Amino acid sequence: MTRRTPLNEAHRKLGARMVDFVGWDMPVQYSSVIAEHEAVRTAVGLFDVSHMGEVEFRGPGALETVNRLISNDLARIQDGQAVYAGLLNDLGGFVDDVVAYRFSPEHILICVNSSNREKDFAWMKARAEGVTPVDRGDDFAQIAIQGPKAFGLVQRLTKADLSKVGTYRFTEGEVAGVKSIISRTGYTGEDGFELYCATDDAVKLWDALLEAGQPDGVKACGLGARDSLRTEMKYALYGNDIDDAHTALEAGLGWIVKLDKPGGFIGKDALVAQKAAGVQRKLVGFELTGAGIPRHGYPILKDGARVGEVTSGTQGPTVKKPIGMGYVPAALSTEGSTFDVEIRGRAVPAVVVKTPFLKKS
Amino acid sequence: MSDSIPQNLKYTKEHEWARVEGKTVVVGVTAHAQEALGDVVYVELPKLGTQLVEGKQFGVIESTKAVSDLYAPISGTVVKVNDELTNNPSIINSDPYGAGWIAEIEPSDAEQVGKLLDASAYGALLK
Repeated sequence: MTRRTPLNEAHRKLGARMVDFVGWDMPVQYSSVIAEHEAVRTAVGLFDVSHMGEVEFRGPGALETVNRLISNDLARIQDGQAVYAGLLNDLGGFVDDVVAYRFSPEHILICVNSSNREKDFAWMKARAEGVTPVDRGDDFAQIAIQGPKAFGLVQRLTKADLSKVGTYRFTEGEVAGVKSIISRTGYTGEDGFELYCATDDAVKLWDALLEAGQPDGVKACGLGARDSLRTEMKYALYGNDIDDAHTALEAGLGWIVKLDKPGGFIGKDALVAQKAAGVQRKLVGFELTGAGIPRHGYPILKDGARVGEVTSGTQGPTVKKPIGMGYVPAALSTEGSTFDVEIRGRAVPAVVVKTPFLKKS
Repeated sequence: MSDSIPQNLKYTKEHEWARVEGKTVVVGVTAHAQEALGDVVYVELPKLGTQLVEGKQFGVIESTKAVSDLYAPISGTVVKVNDELTNNPSIINSDPYGAGWIAEIEPSDAEQVGKLLDASAYGALLK
């Protein structure tokens, strides 16, 4: 059964092309992936991300309960801040990558990937010691407003002082009369917000943002642009670049792993051991120096032998180059290392580059 | 999109078009095809002199999201390719029946092109 967000009808009215995305009927594009991508880089774009899930921990000990489940450390941040983190398995691989919001030590909200909603909730429920998680996924809609004009657009619609809401911070307030969690986060590399509101309020909020954003050149953006925007930043996509078989260290996400966190977390022992032994393969960002576009699943070759696989790739609309990510042996992971990507039987040369691919001026 | 289907072209079920120009046949993809593909970002053209077989793959067209094969509308020899597509593949989106042409073929069987779909048959296919 295909699931629909509360904005499904709104997307159809805008002429979106709908596709099945992990069981959700979602807009892949409204007009053009490239035009939507450019709108986010130069103005502002709106994304319906209501398919994401939310899991809530409320009660004394909520922070400690969640801290055992995630790789990052909620004790190091303040109320009103959020962290990017992994839910890791015993081998240090990803059950999911999440954002954890600290309302207070007794109230934590975790935003999880749509593809992992049921899995994550069951996983957390089975392992939570102390506070019992509540699945709030159906209660929340989520709209991302991203781009250099996102701040002005959202600020015009709220009395909350957004200048006080720094990156990875959040506040609660009304936006266009809709009670929202206003989070300075995103998945595009641009400034912006993710607004969480009640499912029933989503259409009102979406319509208000689209209308108020007209002078800014706001565009509704689909999953196509979301993917090309995040790829230019080398942001990982669960199921492509991170999964249960690759560890957080291999994925280059050591910065969201706090090995010295009091109390530890699931997966820590494996990562401590891997760090001591040395990481043998790493997720790199590369550019093709030959013709073609790297795609998920294409083999990575060195001297004709298969040494890895492309996890994500695209023709970057802003960087205007064929770019990709993939796991390669550590010896090939340094900037300037070369290998080939096999595209329809041809070995196309590639070079490891510094990431993000997109360089901000 | 309600792109009109040019009357002077022939079509395949795979959404390629063919236009007879003297002794050769110019081929490309239809407005419907480019619309379905989305933004075209890469085209793999056949090499000059390649022998094409009707219905077999002769190139690749990639949009931001998808990779699609191009199928030869007729059998014959590739005598010209649209090199402009290498630098500017988006002309397939902006002008699929004109500047976005893909290759020119010298048919091995001059009768073959006449057996392709005409505009009304292709239009019926899209309904």
